[in-house]
Amino acid sequence: MSTDTEQVTADGLRDRVRQLVAEHPVATTARLDFLRARFDAGLAWVHYPVGLGGLGAPRSLQSVVDAELGAAGAPDNDPRRIGIGLGMAAPTILGFGTDEQRTRLLRPLWTGEEVWCQLFSEPGAGSDLAALGTRAARDGDTWVIDGQKVWTSSAHLARWAILIARTDPDLPKHRGISYFICDMTDPGVEVRPLRQITGEAEFNEVFLTGVRIPDSRRLGEVGEGWKVAQTTLMNERVAIGGGRVPREGGMIGRIATVWRERPELRTHDLHQRLLGLWVEAEAARLAGERLRQQLAMGQPGPEGSAMKLAFARLNQEISGLEVELLGEEGLLYDDWTLRRPELVDFTGREAGYRYLRAKGNSIEGGTSEVLLNIVAERVLGLPSEPRTDKDLPWKDLPR
Amino acid sequence: MSTPDMLSSEADLLYSEAEDDLRAAVRSLLADRCPPSAVLAEAERRRPYDPALWRSLAVEMGTAGLLVPDKLGGQGATAREAAVVLEELGRSVAPVPYLTSGVLAVSALLGCDTDEEQVARLLGALAEGRAVGALALPLSTAPGGAPPATVTAGADGALSGRIGGVAGAVGADVLLVPAEGPDGYGLYAVDIDAPGITGGGGGVTGGVTVEPLTSLDLTRPLAALHFAQAPARRLAGPDRARAAVGRALMAGAGLLASEQLGLAEWCLAETVRHTKERHQFGRPIGSFQALKHRMARLWLGLVSARAAARHAADALAADSLEVPIAVAVAQSYCARVAVHAAEECVQLHGGIGMTWEHPAHLYLKRAKSDEIALGTPGRHREALAGLVDLPAPVG
Ligand SMILES: Cc1cc2nc3c(=O)[nH]c(=O)nc-3n(C[C@H](O)[C@H](O)[C@H](O)COP(=O)(O)OP(=O)(O)OC[C@H]3O[C@@H](n4cnc5c(N)ncnc54)[C@H](O)[C@@H]3O)c2cc1C
Repeated sequence: MSTDTEQVTADGLRDRVRQLVAEHPVATTARLDFLRARFDAGLAWVHYPVGLGGLGAPRSLQSVVDAELGAAGAPDNDPRRIGIGLGMAAPTILGFGTDEQRTRLLRPLWTGEEVWCQLFSEPGAGSDLAALGTRAARDGDTWVIDGQKVWTSSAHLARWAILIARTDPDLPKHRGISYFICDMTDPGVEVRPLRQITGEAEFNEVFLTGVRIPDSRRLGEVGEGWKVAQTTLMNERVAIGGGRVPREGGMIGRIATVWRERPELRTHDLHQRLLGLWVEAEAARLAGERLRQQLAMGQPGPEGSAMKLAFARLNQEISGLEVELLGEEGLLYDDWTLRRPELVDFTGREAGYRYLRAKGNSIEGGTSEVLLNIVAERVLGLPSEPRTDKDLPWKDLPR
Repeated sequence: MSTPDMLSSEADLLYSEAEDDLRAAVRSLLADRCPPSAVLAEAERRRPYDPALWRSLAVEMGTAGLLVPDKLGGQGATAREAAVVLEELGRSVAPVPYLTSGVLAVSALLGCDTDEEQVARLLGALAEGRAVGALALPLSTAPGGAPPATVTAGADGALSGRIGGVAGAVGADVLLVPAEGPDGYGLYAVDIDAPGITGGGGGVTGGVTVEPLTSLDLTRPLAALHFAQAPARRLAGPDRARAAVGRALMAGAGLLASEQLGLAEWCLAETVRHTKERHQFGRPIGSFQALKHRMARLWLGLVSARAAARHAADALAADSLEVPIAVAVAQSYCARVAVHAAEECVQLHGGIGMTWEHPAHLYLKRAKSDEIALGTPGRHREALAGLVDLPAPVG
């Protein structure tokens, strides 16, 4: 790991940024070259180890680097396009990968040269993810994968996937799972678009037929895949607490702007509801800011799971109110064309799209009901639901 | 046009080590001397507050003077520390005049000219816990300037008029009374131990009668004040009095959010404890998902309430331009969280939650009263309409 952890200070980072920009002038350096140089300078994610895009520095210092580079007009890695790679695959590879895997995979992941997707959910295994049935059978140094995944965002863009599959059907469901890195260009991988309520096809179904994965692309021990997947899922929910959000930074900013610009749409009822949601959005923003400060001080709390729940509900209510506010225009939709979006932008497009897309916020990444269970059990310590299937061999589970 | 972010992004929303220490000290005092059974017994005794507990908290721990600078006899701390004390007082619904004397009265005095000897003397007395003060305004008064005075001051300085629903007046040594004088709005001090004063029901001329009311909140009794030619000293005249009263109301409303936070935390913790222990249908009732989700939602509300309350306290401590927005957000959010937590606490306890014996009702009554105190959530949301440029429809 890093050797000069203590030496990294905000001023030191500013020096490094200056040096990077001096050696690779923003105006004359191609975007990708700049991003690669930034990675190699340890300024990609400063809390990662030296040699893997970081400096082993405190995570809180990343904001210093981002601010300096932003001010210098440097290109970024368009995090919205590669959210699954940055938020889920990377921390899992860092935590469980071999040196070879880390060195090969993390740099193009961070620069966005290689997009990642997440092959977890299946038709028969959503909230109860551990019930998954995609098989991974050993064949010498290779695993042969057969099964079907579903709701896979970005599968049509992805070079790699994080994949969980069943290596031992005779064990109870949590114990017979292993975790792999799947090459999406393998001939046995077939990606079919799934159209969403928004009209576009952001996610896919993925059929895996005789896909061959070398054992060197397994993450963690055989049968330990559930444990590895926990790292992925935890990071999925923490990924939010990143940067500082200004007041009215999210969905509420869109409706507030409409309210200010369109006095003819205002009614007293809408006004009361808007003010109520404005307060809730501001309180949630402050909670996110507080979480950020806690993380920066090295005191992570369970508040992370609160943020996803709060934003799912607020995004839905605010976008719903906005459609209603627009009245006659709310009856229209911008475009039903089946598109294959390159990135997900919850606050993008028109109000109707935002309203429909926000419905996914309480489903993707764990449903709100399941997250409430997690808060109740892990934060409040309430007793868990009766679990009749916990110790049964997976193959004997009722289906 | 967008709203100003100003200093909000710099706000420190965490607790410092010193604040954690202060919390631990207040909490252990209250755990020892003010358990729920003691709160109920105290309320039934019909004393305005528990003088021994107040002495320990105000004098021995020095919390009464947190907001007062050292040179005026206080602790020279800020609203951030006062907020921590209020969280703990909310958690125990302690019957002590901290909000009314240590925050409202002290803040009003700090808005007067503290170079004036009588102001400094009074501040010193409140800060050191030698006297208890109360700002003579209805507890329901919302911030946003000073409300019109309902009391008049004669040329001789004597006050006449009535003010209803004042918290912390019963048992106070001095009342700070906004009154309309010969040369305009002023803030006056009326000593309760002056001759001709009663604390009970009798009508006495040449003084003030403090008439206890039957209040919804058993732990923060209210009174109506009747002034009949009551002798008074003027602390501030038209140049400062309005600002002093406005500032006190703003500080009070902002810090009340921390009391509401502490109260809601107790309600959730107690509800979790109860539902883990109570069995029905052969299971702890806390294992039923319908109840787990309700408690998880309360916790979500608390996460945002804590951030909003800290933000208000931090803004007040820094005296930043953010104060009116931060206070309106904190009050409108935290008031609802507290009421909701207290209502859920009663419901999830079942029959025992409806009893006089169980402390849940003390919290419900405090939460509901706090919702009205210093401006209802609706009033604060309406204030925001102007502050963040989300105007109401015309007509
Ligand atoms: C836009 C979008 C993008 C997605 N992207 C990906 C992706 O890239 N990769 C991937 O692997 N997956 C992805 N998903 C899948 C997502 O993780 C699952 O949809 C989710 O976990 C729910 O599973 P399910 O759809 O099978 O619903 P179910 O699990 O069948 O749930 C149906 C309903 O039952 C409720 N429910 C289920 N169990 C419980 C319980 N124990 N207690 C209370 N209520 C319960 C749920 O909350 C829900 O309301 C995506 C989903 C969406 C909507």
